[in-house]
Amino acid sequence: MITIDLRLLEEIRDHGREAYPEECCGALLGTGRDGPALVTRVERMRNSRGEERRRRYTIDPLEYVQIERQADEEGIEVLGFYHSHPDHPARPSEYDRERAFPFFHYVVLGVAAGQPGDVGSFVLSEDRGVFEREELSIEAPEGVTHA
Amino acid sequence: MPKVLLPTPLRPFAEGAASVEVSGGTVTDALESLVSRYQGLRNHLYDDAGKLRSFVNVYRNDEDIRYLQKGETPLSDRDALSIIPSIAGGAPEDAALSNEEIRRYSRHLIMPEVGMEGQKKLKAARVLAIGTGGLGSPLSLYLAAAGVGTIGLVDFDVVDDSNLQRQVLFSTGDVGRPKLAAATERLRGINPHVEVVPFEERLTSENALEIFRDFDIVADGTDNFPTRYLVNDACVFTGKPNVYASIFRFEGQASIFWAEKGPCYRCLYPEPPPPGLVPSCAEGGVLGILPGLLGVIQATETIKLILDSGDPLVGRLLLVDALSMRFRELKLRKNPECVVCGPHPTVTKLVDYEAFCGIQPEAAASSNGVPEISVEELKALRDRTAPFVLVDVREPHEFAISSFPESVKIPLGTLPEHLNELSSADDIVVHCKSGGRSAKAVQLLRQAGFRKVRNLAGGINRYAEVIDPSIPRY
Repeated sequence: MITIDLRLLEEIRDHGREAYPEECCGALLGTGRDGPALVTRVERMRNSRGEERRRRYTIDPLEYVQIERQADEEGIEVLGFYHSHPDHPARPSEYDRERAFPFFHYVVLGVAAGQPGDVGSFVLSEDRGVFEREELSIEAPEGVTHA
Repeated sequence: MPKVLLPTPLRPFAEGAASVEVSGGTVTDALESLVSRYQGLRNHLYDDAGKLRSFVNVYRNDEDIRYLQKGETPLSDRDALSIIPSIAGGAPEDAALSNEEIRRYSRHLIMPEVGMEGQKKLKAARVLAIGTGGLGSPLSLYLAAAGVGTIGLVDFDVVDDSNLQRQVLFSTGDVGRPKLAAATERLRGINPHVEVVPFEERLTSENALEIFRDFDIVADGTDNFPTRYLVNDACVFTGKPNVYASIFRFEGQASIFWAEKGPCYRCLYPEPPPPGLVPSCAEGGVLGILPGLLGVIQATETIKLILDSGDPLVGRLLLVDALSMRFRELKLRKNPECVVCGPHPTVTKLVDYEAFCGIQPEAAASSNGVPEISVEELKALRDRTAPFVLVDVREPHEFAISSFPESVKIPLGTLPEHLNELSSADDIVVHCKSGGRSAKAVQLLRQAGFRKVRNLAGGINRYAEVIDPSIPRY
């Protein structure tokens, strides 16, 4: 399970909308590698693919190292990454599964005709066999309570 | 000794360490030394053929070993080897069509409104049909023929003789088989390019969200109110369109309930009718071709949603009267007070829909103050020619199908005017087709002061099944 603040989720949705029709991608930073994962910050990252950016994303390895170093310095964790599926549902593709790492949370956002839609979070099993949907808990921003 | 720097996701396999000292003069030796110490890492670094996985980058200091000497890249004690995940992914591949599929779908492909692009959308689409009965049959047959790539089916029934009059998925030889086994075989026979996903279980509040999750569109072909409200609410919670139809005798209704774009089923019907008020098709009958008409309308609307073309039935209720062959349309509006899709919902999770619809569990219903008699007991009474009165409360056209010769025939609707024909001194047994209407008759008689009155559990159909096979069941 991974928990994300509604405002941070909106940042991801905005990113998906802006990048459309290309895929967007970014890092999920926060706490809880040993406990429940809580996203406290999302960091936009560059889709470094030269082509096919409408259906593929890649994060440059050196930019990955940078974000991981930054997180280590701040005492937080890289919890995983998000990316969008323009005009495709928020379900991981076989391509996503083949490239996934265990322990990372992969948040997928469907963007249909430019409008962000469904969002889901997925984790790879330790034997790499299945890329499973996990619970994505969306919290109201701090200080805001439901009527 | 050179050290290896591990990325966050691989640290748990090395007891949480971010950096591990290894031995070895080359990259290959150093990595081998690493995975022999931490076996769990091997599967994530190497594929089954023992090659470094394509999405695992290895850098010596800040240089990619692919541009050095790859595995043979030498390492000195001062070097750091970084394992860096290549974070990559993307949308699913566009469904490509084989030559065989292109031949199969040629009448679609030459229409500009479908074309290659539309046919690929159909192939990528995932539609869930709730029920494989009268509506689900034509719906799933046409979706399969049209090339909808994934069709989920939810049903737990067995094919019965009485299904064949309208459930065109099934053949006579399928009677007695589980519906899903027969349906899966039939749909694959029509189109082997379609993936059929069977869910052989009753749709419940516990499993609905899980089952709906991996589908884009849900088509409700159920014949009971609890499931209809369950499908509606689960569609609202998951944001999916509910392509709906219902049928009774000569009349049908169809719409698309999609809370994100228009009203939901509860906007139209906030409350279910009292139990028993609206008869089911099993009780009231249905013209066999009517579900054919309505199921095909559901299939048409489903395909339009997938292709994103035309004017969908969102916010419109289509009323079909097969006797007059008239199609009328009602405008539906979103109800701002709707408890499930309105701005201030009070129903925010799936509930107990049987209770919501006022339906009691079977055990409680049978002990609902209605005394019963079993078919075996009735047989014993009839064999002894014991003095008792058997009352048949079915409709006159049903007497023509099957009946007990000695019964007094008083249709339920006319029972209040015929009470004077019965004596409260007699032992009375009331029956109908399967026990529902006769239970109401027993209640009515008891309210009128009859005490020695019992309901035949299972009705004449049960009697025919268990006691006397010469009586036809219907």
